[in-house]
Amino acid sequence: MALPQRRTDIGPPHYKDFLPPVMLKNYGDWKHHEILNPGLMVHVANSGDKVWSIRVATPRLLSTDTIREFADLAEKYCGGYLRWTTRNNVEFLVSEEKNIEPLWKELVEKNHMMGGIGNRISNIVHTQGWIHCHSAATDASGIVKALMDDLADYFTTRETPNKVKLAVACCTNMCGAVHCSDIAIVAIHRKIPKIDHDKVKNMCEVPSTIASCPTGAISPDPARKSIKVNDEKCMYCGNCFTVCPPMDIADPEFDGVAIVAGGKVSNLRSNPKFSKLVIPYIKNNPPRWPEVTEAVRLILDAYIAGAKKHERVGEWIERIGWEKFFKVTDLPFTFQHIDDFTIARETFRTAATFKW
Amino acid sequence: MPRKYETPLLDELEKGPFPSFVTEIKKAAARNDMAADELGQLEKSYRERRGYWKHGGIVGVRGYGGGVIGRYSSLPEEFPSVANFHTIRINSVSGFFYTSKILKEMCDLWDKYGSGLTNMHGSTGDLILLGTSTENLEPIFAEFSSRGWDLGGSGSALRTPSCCIGPARCEWSNIDTLDINYNLTQEWQDEMHRPAFPYKFKFKTAGCAVDCIASIARADCSIIGTWKGTIAVNQDEVATYAKNGMNIKEEIVDMCPSGCMSYDGKELKINDEDCIRCMHCIAKMTKALKATGEKGATILIGSKAPFVIGSTLSWVIIPFIKMEPPYDEFKDLIRKMWEFWDEHGKNRERIGELIIRKGMREFLEFIGVEPQPQQIKEPRRDPFFFWTEADLQK
Repeated sequence: MALPQRRTDIGPPHYKDFLPPVMLKNYGDWKHHEILNPGLMVHVANSGDKVWSIRVATPRLLSTDTIREFADLAEKYCGGYLRWTTRNNVEFLVSEEKNIEPLWKELVEKNHMMGGIGNRISNIVHTQGWIHCHSAATDASGIVKALMDDLADYFTTRETPNKVKLAVACCTNMCGAVHCSDIAIVAIHRKIPKIDHDKVKNMCEVPSTIASCPTGAISPDPARKSIKVNDEKCMYCGNCFTVCPPMDIADPEFDGVAIVAGGKVSNLRSNPKFSKLVIPYIKNNPPRWPEVTEAVRLILDAYIAGAKKHERVGEWIERIGWEKFFKVTDLPFTFQHIDDFTIARETFRTAATFKW
Repeated sequence: MPRKYETPLLDELEKGPFPSFVTEIKKAAARNDMAADELGQLEKSYRERRGYWKHGGIVGVRGYGGGVIGRYSSLPEEFPSVANFHTIRINSVSGFFYTSKILKEMCDLWDKYGSGLTNMHGSTGDLILLGTSTENLEPIFAEFSSRGWDLGGSGSALRTPSCCIGPARCEWSNIDTLDINYNLTQEWQDEMHRPAFPYKFKFKTAGCAVDCIASIARADCSIIGTWKGTIAVNQDEVATYAKNGMNIKEEIVDMCPSGCMSYDGKELKINDEDCIRCMHCIAKMTKALKATGEKGATILIGSKAPFVIGSTLSWVIIPFIKMEPPYDEFKDLIRKMWEFWDEHGKNRERIGELIIRKGMREFLEFIGVEPQPQQIKEPRRDPFFFWTEADLQK
């Protein structure tokens, strides 16, 4: 069968073709919103019009079967209108109040999980992992599934002092927003790359491979027409592998994940902040990474016990101090926690004030 | 019939209340060879604790330098249907809005030409079609583009811009995030589809400082809506919040970062001159408080993940700019920034890294922006600084 005529550089379709009529009519003219339950909110326009949003979790990786199921539900109850959130949830955009209850009921019957709105844990931003990425040091989807199973109550019902945003990145390239999340997991390597010298000459450009290293650990190896890695300087980031594939850094025995905490992107109350290292290494333990879920629980429980209302994880830790954070969580403090990369001196304590 | 694999490890991830990605892969694997081999290879990864994907190799569609990410199994004999299994990035709609009709149409096409697996969405915001063979790329592009869809960005190019839901549903948005996002995407199709930058460049547009799109952490150019004016207070609604149990002193006044609020049990007062527009009070008392006055955006540059020098957050370049169609002033500014980057940037150097390497002065002078205290947290501490001949004549 002949293919249709291709078109180039047309860009995405116009968003107004996808907005439900109530949103089109009240565009830019919304008055306020209210969270009616953890999976349902209503937005009220100055005109008095309302739109209800029902938020449903997805694993981000979706088959066409499930997308069709969502589409059918949207057709039945929302005039066909739905959207995705930045945290991989689906939102059904309901214009008629009478449709909320039957849609909710059908979602429950089909085993969907509603929630994530307000001060609780929403879905986890994450990356491709072993499913489809060349540089993954862990499988993001597996960790996310194990974590969200464990924390399901915090998605559907239970409250936390403020939102807790979780993220998982399957390598230090960090396609997920791990560097600014409340609690996040980033997969790391701990051994220097193994170089296949025969392939380097055909597959790699030496200057760009050298430039990819943040610590200057890579230098030319003229004798072998290849490159070499100084194992005293290498911090195992894996950036060289992306530029030069014969520098394999994956290591089933020594790869694993680090846990960072205290980041945020919003400007609410305190400035946006980076997540900081709290656990330098947990081994990869598929399929359910029990040590990872346990560690996240530990940090979450300490936050819930210690934070004031509206404080994010990072705000709570800054108020009590990092030394107290390590005390209340009883997490070991190691050499890995003390920065020796590009901003080290900004992180040293230049005061005599701290807690015992 | 697609091949069937035993997957005892992945089966463990079908248990529990949260929706399972394994179940999703299995649904597609029941009828699709590629999805079946994806499942088989993933089980092997779980068993051996490592990935089996290779990158590199130039694949794509005619006339484009991006939008398709080449991906190959490193075990092609064992998993032949994913020997080549490329990702296609489809430029999503502003705000990730869809209709059931368009979703079903996409599903039909993707079942015909690909694995039947997707990511809704990738981290940058593309609709990800997860895995197809090299020979299917051109047909997929013809089918999608003839129906009004285009590819997103990849490589050293403008990446698919994304934005928060903005005025479509949010009362806090100070700018039309969806229109800005759509307009910039259309303006720079060539920059997106034919990589010519030193490295990637991302735009993210947030309607207010709550920043639901994480622009300040994930965009080379973060556009964050703000205002110059006052916060209008509806004292009746304030009283209702108090009556409903909100401790306004503790939860609002004491948490205001600039200490610009007071509350005597009757009236909430705001000293707008000292407000830094963090959005805390407005977010917690949305019925009572509303930003008023001139609306526009703060433009920040430079955020990125750790490679190479460590993570950065975007920093302020333009404290305030009006953002109204056709956004010419903003676009001119961006073109100047790109010119600076094009002239001085090294291969694989993000614009923020370049500014750090060359210094803010060179960048600001090049793009014609004056130094302003809003651009920094504090002035320099050390007594080492440059004087140009022109400075000496002042």
